[in-house]
Amino acid sequence: MIRADSSSPLPDHQRIVITGIGLTAPNGNSLREFRDSLLSGRSGVVPYEIRYVGKTLAGLCTFDERRYQSRKDLRRGTRAGSVGIYAAQEAVADAGLDWPNVDPASVGVYLGVTEHGNVETENEIYELKGYDYDTSFWSHHHNPRTVANNPAGEVALNMGITGPHYTIGAACAAGNAGLVQGAQMLRLGDCDVALAGGVSESVRTFGIFASFKSQGALAEHDDPARASRPFDVERNGIVVAEGGCVFVLERLDDARRRGAQVYGELAGYAINTDATDFVLPNPQRQAECVRLALRRAGLVPEQIDIVSTHATGTSSGDTQECVALRSVFGDSGKTFFNNTKSFIGHCMGAAGALELAGNLLAFRDGVCHATINVDTLDPECDVPGLVLNQPRELERVSYVLNNSFGMLGINSVVIIKRI
Amino acid sequence: MTPAEIREEVLDILGDIAPDDDLSALDDDVAFRDQLELDSMDFLDIVMELRKRYRVQIPEEDYSHLASMASTVSYLEPLMRDMQKI
Repeated sequence: MIRADSSSPLPDHQRIVITGIGLTAPNGNSLREFRDSLLSGRSGVVPYEIRYVGKTLAGLCTFDERRYQSRKDLRRGTRAGSVGIYAAQEAVADAGLDWPNVDPASVGVYLGVTEHGNVETENEIYELKGYDYDTSFWSHHHNPRTVANNPAGEVALNMGITGPHYTIGAACAAGNAGLVQGAQMLRLGDCDVALAGGVSESVRTFGIFASFKSQGALAEHDDPARASRPFDVERNGIVVAEGGCVFVLERLDDARRRGAQVYGELAGYAINTDATDFVLPNPQRQAECVRLALRRAGLVPEQIDIVSTHATGTSSGDTQECVALRSVFGDSGKTFFNNTKSFIGHCMGAAGALELAGNLLAFRDGVCHATINVDTLDPECDVPGLVLNQPRELERVSYVLNNSFGMLGINSVVIIKRI
Repeated sequence: MTPAEIREEVLDILGDIAPDDDLSALDDDVAFRDQLELDSMDFLDIVMELRKRYRVQIPEEDYSHLASMASTVSYLEPLMRDMQKI
């Protein structure tokens, strides 16, 4: 039941709420499972081997692909499509929508992706090598599998959705960007139900692993569960992971009308650009992005209870984000910080959406999940309020702020309010 | 390859392309489309698999010969009779 709330300056028709969540993460195939893993310290990182790169580590999902797809669907489509379909179907079921009676033209699908098409292209070239690069053996499935809208399009095909569908390419800020896009389209009246979030199939492309390795940014550790260790002084890079998270977004008045459950309201958001480097982060711009989201939400930093950090476990990236966080939040002691990648690795296009989802149940259980694998905190990452290794019970959680940054200097921040 | 072996090969390819269909009751004289969930991309898969497995090149104007199992085997028989089943 949604209580009346007069604190927002927006009319209910412009207020966007989350009414359903579907996800698959390396340590959980539902929000409940995922949350339990985050509170109990359960990692989803496992040994992994991929073409050319060889033995490495990854966060792998174990959702039941056949729950919503036939064997033929799986053969025809992509892993990102399957991840998206599972998450979208689960989200709609969770939202309690009377799906057969929802106008399919009123639903929009907006999925963030870090990249798409690398997996399929690498596979085709690998196959083609066996035919001495004779392109008459190149698959006619290549184009429909690699078009940038593929994951969102597969969701629409699977669910009979005839409203708009597309992906939002935003590097590793894509999960937040998908959510923002969905909210904007609801406010514009472009759709009445938005299925928004992010997906990733990146563990199936050797190029992602090889590129991070060449960059000196691919994590290594004897114990897979301890390989992803943002903020630890011994951190040595990223654990690549797959996953997906789709939110059902609705306007508050629509949600009220049908008596929907509400996980939270989008209180504010911001997306900006460093414009300084291809890969190196810019803490000044990150801080500007956080401040812009706060200003749009009408909040001061001390009102944020939990900040879900982006930190990936790289030497420079974690430090720079902490510079940004200290500059915004200082040492008020009222805000707590955690990191989800320490459990599941970096889910790329899904990261922002999954990391937000994993924190939303804090509105109900009042707990800030931890950042695990921090044996020795890097002094440069010592942000006051960092929740290390064990979850922390808070009195009441009213606001969660979610950071998600990506290459080419894209920064995104989303603030969700308890309602 | 004998017509029976060619049929077996096409059936194997169909098993990959239409994994949800029951092929045990396939009627050789009825069009694939009328008894299986096949679309144009699936027919291209049949063409591609024959190309990959046996280097058989089927020009586009001959695709209509792949309508049913009987017509497919009849069309492929002269092209594959000197080949060994892989």
